[in-house]
Amino acid sequence: MNHNLLEICYLIGSVTFILGLKMMGNAKTAKKGNLIGAIGMTIAILGTILLFEGQVSSLIYALIFGGIAVGTVIGWTTAKKVQMTKMPELVSMFNGMGGACAALISLIELNHHYHTVSAESSSYGTMIAIVAGLIIGTVSFSGSIIAYLKLNGTMNKPVRLPSYNILNTVVMIAVLGFGAYFVYDGGNMTLAYLLFLAAAVYGILFTIPIGGADMPVVISLLNSFTGLAAAFGGFLYDNKVMLTGGILVGSAGTLLTLIMCKAMNRPLSNVIFGAFGGGASAAGEGAEVKGSIKDIQVSDLAVQMNYARKVVIVPGYGLAVAQAQHTIHELEMLLEERGVEVKYAIHPVAGRMPGHMNVLLAEANVSYDKLVEMDDINPEFEQTDVVLIIGANDVVNPAAKSDPSSPIYGMPILEVDKAKSVVVNKRSMNAGYAGIDNLLFYDPKCSMFFGDAKKALTSLVAELKTM
Amino acid sequence: MNELLDFFGTNREMIYFIVLSIFVGVEVIGGVPTVLHTPLMSGANAIHGVVVVGAIYVMLSVDPTDYLALGLGFLAVVLGTLNVVGGFVVTDRMLDMFKKK
Repeated sequence: MNHNLLEICYLIGSVTFILGLKMMGNAKTAKKGNLIGAIGMTIAILGTILLFEGQVSSLIYALIFGGIAVGTVIGWTTAKKVQMTKMPELVSMFNGMGGACAALISLIELNHHYHTVSAESSSYGTMIAIVAGLIIGTVSFSGSIIAYLKLNGTMNKPVRLPSYNILNTVVMIAVLGFGAYFVYDGGNMTLAYLLFLAAAVYGILFTIPIGGADMPVVISLLNSFTGLAAAFGGFLYDNKVMLTGGILVGSAGTLLTLIMCKAMNRPLSNVIFGAFGGGASAAGEGAEVKGSIKDIQVSDLAVQMNYARKVVIVPGYGLAVAQAQHTIHELEMLLEERGVEVKYAIHPVAGRMPGHMNVLLAEANVSYDKLVEMDDINPEFEQTDVVLIIGANDVVNPAAKSDPSSPIYGMPILEVDKAKSVVVNKRSMNAGYAGIDNLLFYDPKCSMFFGDAKKALTSLVAELKTM
Repeated sequence: MNELLDFFGTNREMIYFIVLSIFVGVEVIGGVPTVLHTPLMSGANAIHGVVVVGAIYVMLSVDPTDYLALGLGFLAVVLGTLNVVGGFVVTDRMLDMFKKK
C-alpha cells in the first residue's frame, strides 16, 4: 500500500520536473515553473521518508531530518544572501554538492556491499551503476569546485600543465579503465577510495586549463554530468523520480551546453581541448595592429551623449565586476528624460553565463524591453549616434568577422563599428578573456574612456546633470 | 554478448524509459530564448538535486551500527539538500528580476 503510494509521489515528482522545466522556458511562467518543480521535489523527498516500509532506528530518522535541516538552512541563507554578480559561481557550487552527494551514495553502497552481501549476488548492472555514479559524481564535484574558484577570482588564470591534452586524455582513459576493472574484479573498499581520488584528480585536470570566459559552458556540462550521476542512482534503486530528474537534466543540460557553444560559434571539443587563452594570444599577435587609440574626456562624452538621438549601451562582464548596473540605469533614465533613445545590446555570451546581463540589468530595474538581442539590434547600429561599451571586449571585436587567423573568427558579434561613434569603457588596454587585441579600439570612430566602470559612469552621470 | 542481450531483456522497460526521457529533456529545452538560459541552467541544477532522494533511501536501509555509512549518509543528505534548496531559491531570486514593472 505504502509502496504504491510512494510510486504515485514519484510520478507527481517526475511530472512536475518536466512541467517546471517547460514553464521555465518562458519569461511569464518561469517563476511558477520553478515553484512547481520545488513542490514536486518536496513531495518526492517527504514520500521517500514517510512511506518507507521497514524498521528504521530513531537515530537514522534523526540524522536524516538533521541533515535536511542543516542543508536547508545553509542552502537557503547562501542563496538569499549572494550578490547577483556572484550567481554563476553559486550555481557551480550547488552543482558540485549534488555531484558529491551522488558519489557518497555510491561509496555507501559499496561499503554495504562488501560488508553484507556475498560478492557474486550483485549483478554487473548494479555494479556498473554504482561505479558510474561514483566516477561521474566525483568528476562533477571536483570540476565544479575548480569552476567555482575560477569564477570568484581565486584562481583566475588557466593553468596548463605541459601537453595537458595528452595528459588529460591519458588520465581519463586510466580512470575509465580503473572503473571497468573495478566492475569486473568486484573491487574492495580501498580500491573504491582510490577510484574516488582518481576521478577527483580527473575533474580538476579537466576544468583547470579552461579559461574564465568558457566557464558557463563547463558549468552547464558539469550540470548535465550531475544529472547523469543522479540517473545512475535511479537505475540502481529502480527509483523513477531520480531517473526522470537525472536524465531530464542530463539531456537538457547537454543541449543547453551545445546551444551556448553555438552562440560562441565554437564546437564543444574546442572548448574542452582547444587552447583558447594560451594558444589564442599567439595567433592573435599575428594580426597587424594599425593606427593609434585615442582617449575621450568625460565632458566631451557627456556632450556627445546629451545631443545624441540614439544611444546603444553594450554591457559586458566589466559592468558586473564593477557592480555598475544601477549607475548605468541612472545614466539611461537621465538620457531618456532628455529625449535620447537608449537601448541595451545583449550579446548571447556577454558576461559569464548566457542571460547574465539580463539578470544583472533587471536587478537594477532596467525595463525588460530595453534589452535587445544581438540579431535584432545589429541592423539598428547604422542609425545609432553613440555606442557605449562597458567592460565588453571580445563580443565587439571585428576580428571575428574579418580575420580568419583569429581564434574567435566566425563568432557572431555586435556590429558596433557601423554606428557613428563608439566609446569604450575599460579599466586598461589589457586584452579580453580570449587574450587577443581588439582592432575596434584603433578605429578612427572609436575612443577610449578609461576607468573602473562604476567610477567612470558616476562621473559621466554627474557631468550630464550639470548640463 | 549474450550477457549484454540478457541485460537488455531484463531491463527493457527501464531502457525505454531512459531513451524517452532523453527526448523529453531535449524537447523541453528547445526554443528557449537566450535571456532565460541562466535561470534555466540554475533550475535544472536544482532538479538534479533529486539525488538527495537516493541519499535518504540509502540512509533508511543502512545498519545503525555502521558509523562510517551513517557519517557518509548524513553528509550526502546535507549536500543533496543544499543542492535542492539552494538551487530552487537562487533560481527564484533570478526570476524575480524578470518581473515586469
